[in-house]
Amino acid sequence: MNASTTLVYDGSFNGFLTAVFVAFDEKINVADIQKNNQSQSGLFSETETVFTHVDKAKRVWNGIRNKSHNAISNVYFAFLSEAEGVEMMLYTYIQKLMRTKNGKYLDYSDSTVLYIAQLAKKVGREKHRMEAFVRFQLTKDEIYFANIEPDFDVLPLISKHFRDRYADQKWLIYDIKRKYGIYYDLNHVEMVSLNLKDIHHNKTVKSDAFDTEEYEYQTLWNDYFKSTNIASRINPKLHTQHVPKRYWKYLSEKKEAV
Amino acid sequence: MNFDRIREKLNILADAAKYDVSCASSGSDRTNKGKGLGNASKMGICHSYTADGRCVSLLKILLTNHCIFDCAYCVTRKSNDVPRAAFKVQEVVDLTINFYRRNYIEGLFLSSGIFKSPDHTMERLVSVAKKLREEENFNGYIHLKSIPGASDELMYEAGLYADRLSVNIEVPTISGLKLLAPDKKHEDFTKPMEKVRNEIVRYTSERKIIKSTPKYAPAGQSTQMIVGASGESDKDIMYSATYYYKTFNMKRVYYSGYVPVTHDSRLPAIGSQVPMLRENRLYQTDWLLRFYGFSIGEILNNQHPNLDMDVDPKLSWALRNLHHFPVDVNTADKRLLARIPGIGMRSVDKIVKARKFRKLNWDHLKKIGVALNRAQYFMVCDSRHWERRDLDADKIKGMILQHSTGKYRNQHSTQLSLFN
Ligand code: SF4
Repeated sequence: MNASTTLVYDGSFNGFLTAVFVAFDEKINVADIQKNNQSQSGLFSETETVFTHVDKAKRVWNGIRNKSHNAISNVYFAFLSEAEGVEMMLYTYIQKLMRTKNGKYLDYSDSTVLYIAQLAKKVGREKHRMEAFVRFQLTKDEIYFANIEPDFDVLPLISKHFRDRYADQKWLIYDIKRKYGIYYDLNHVEMVSLNLKDIHHNKTVKSDAFDTEEYEYQTLWNDYFKSTNIASRINPKLHTQHVPKRYWKYLSEKKEAV
Repeated sequence: MNFDRIREKLNILADAAKYDVSCASSGSDRTNKGKGLGNASKMGICHSYTADGRCVSLLKILLTNHCIFDCAYCVTRKSNDVPRAAFKVQEVVDLTINFYRRNYIEGLFLSSGIFKSPDHTMERLVSVAKKLREEENFNGYIHLKSIPGASDELMYEAGLYADRLSVNIEVPTISGLKLLAPDKKHEDFTKPMEKVRNEIVRYTSERKIIKSTPKYAPAGQSTQMIVGASGESDKDIMYSATYYYKTFNMKRVYYSGYVPVTHDSRLPAIGSQVPMLRENRLYQTDWLLRFYGFSIGEILNNQHPNLDMDVDPKLSWALRNLHHFPVDVNTADKRLLARIPGIGMRSVDKIVKARKFRKLNWDHLKKIGVALNRAQYFMVCDSRHWERRDLDADKIKGMILQHSTGKYRNQHSTQLSLFN
C-alpha cells in the first residue's frame, strides 16, 4: 500500500477539480483534500500542494458531465455548500460515478451519493431564495446595490438570473459573509471585493449613499406589503415557513419586525 | 413624483385589490429582448409572503376604485362609503418599474373599478400595459383584468401586451348574479373571454406557420369565483368552473372564500368566518377533475350537491363507490390507481415504475409515500395481510377519521395540502 497523501488546493472550484485530476492521474491514495488556509497535516500522511490548472480542471469537469449532467451540477452545487469535509465526499462520489457504466444509474441508497444529492438540493434551495429575496437599493451613482449573507456560496449560481433579468441597469450583489460581490456594468458580470464602511442592511437609519427617492420607494413597498394582508386569514406559522426569520433583516418589508 | 400623494393612493388601491386571490406569475416565458428590463420565468417567483402565507409576486392594485356599479359583494361598490382614489397611467408605470428594478416583484396585476364605461376603463388598463412594453421595454409579467362589457377591439389589444387576462365571474350562478350584481349581465363576462380565447387559438395556429408571430396572452386566461356569498351549492360552483374550463380554455379557475366586507342583508354578515375549508375542498375537486380523470358528475350531482367537509372529495367518492374496490396495486391501470384514496398522482407514477421490478407489498408502498391509513381499505398488494372485514362506508370513514385527528377536524389553514 502506498502512503496516503493530503492534497492542498487554493479553495477555488477549479483548484478542487485540479486536485481530483492529480489524484486520478498519479493514482494517489488520497487521505484528504483541503483548502490551503485551513489545511492541517495529518500525522501519517504527506502533504502535496496542487496548483490550479484550468485545463486539467476542465478535463475533470467534462469527464463528469459526460457521465451525467445531473452529476456535474450536483458536484458544483455541493462544492459551494462549503460544508466541512465536502471535498473528500465529492472525491468519493466522483470515484463511484466514474466506475458506473452510465451515470444515470447511480445508486441513491449509497450514503455518499445520497449525501451529495441532498447537499446539492439545499444549495439549490438557497439559490432560489436569494433570487427571490435580494432587495436592491439605488445608490447615488446609479448602481442597484444589495447585501446578502447566504448560508452557502451561491453568488456564482445566481449571477445568470440577475444578468438576464436586469440587463439595462448596473447592479452589485455583495456577500457580506464571504466578502466578495458580483458587479454588472451593463456589459459583463465580474467579481469584486469592496471595503464597505457600513453594511447597508435595510436599517431604519438612512444612509446618504443612496438616491433620495430610495427610501420613498421602500416606504411604498412596505405599505404595499402591509396592505396585502387579509386579517381574517392570518397564519403566522405558514408565513415563517416560507420566509425564515434569518432572512428578515435584508427584506425592507420586514424592517419593523426585526 | 409626489410621494405622499402616491402613498395615499397606493394604500387605498392595494387594499381594494387584495381580495383577488389569483396572484400566479407563472406560465409565461417572455425573454428579455434587446437588453431591456426583465423577463417572465416559467415557474414564477415568490418574492415575499403575506401574513396568511400567500405568495407575493406581483404588484396587485386597482387603477381606480371609483365605480359606477353596485355589486353587493364588492368593497368598491358605488354605495359603499370608502375613500376613493385613482392612479394616473404614468404613476402605475413608474411604480411597477421601480418595484421591479429593486427585485420586489415579478410584475404587475392591474384591475380596476369601472369608471364612466367599461371601454373607457379597459382602454386605460391597456395603455398602462402598452407603455410598459413599448416605452419602458419591460418584459416582466403583466396580468390585466378584462373589464366585463369591454369591446372586442380593446380585448384584442390587451392580449398583445399582457401575459394573462382574466375576468372574474365572481358569482357562479346566473340567479346569484341578478341578485348581487344587478348592473351586470352574464354576457358581459363571457364576451371578453370568448374574444380572448379566439385570439389565443388564432395566434397559436399562426405561430405554427410563421415563427415570428407575436405572442398573444401567453399565460392564457383565468377567472375567480367567490365562495359562500350567494348561497350557491358546491355543485353550482364546480359545474360553472367546468363550463369555463371547457368553453374558454381557462388556465385556472380560482375559488375565493368570501370575506365579508359590507353590511348587506343579501350577504353573510361582517365577522362571519371565511369558509376556508370549503375553499380547499373546491380546489381539491378542481384537481381531481383536471389531473385525476374524474368527471364532474361523479363527484357532485343532484343526490350529492355539496362536498363533504370532514373528508376530501376523493375519499368521499370512494366511500360512495365501494363496489370499485379493492383495487390490486400490482395489476390495476393508472386510471384506477389514481382513484385509490391516499394515493396521489406522484405515487401512481412511482408504483407503475417500481412494480416492473417486483411485486409491491405494504413496505414498498409506504416508502413510495402512499398514505396507508387511508389506502389500506381500498386496495390489495403482495401481502396476505389486508383488510378482509366487510366494512361499510360509515365504518371505514369512522376508522380513517379516528386515526387522523386534527388533520381533518380542524383544517383552518389557507393553503392546505391538496392530496397525498
Ligand atoms: S363592477 Fe367591479 S369594481 Fe365595480 S362594484 Fe362591481 S365588482 Fe366591484
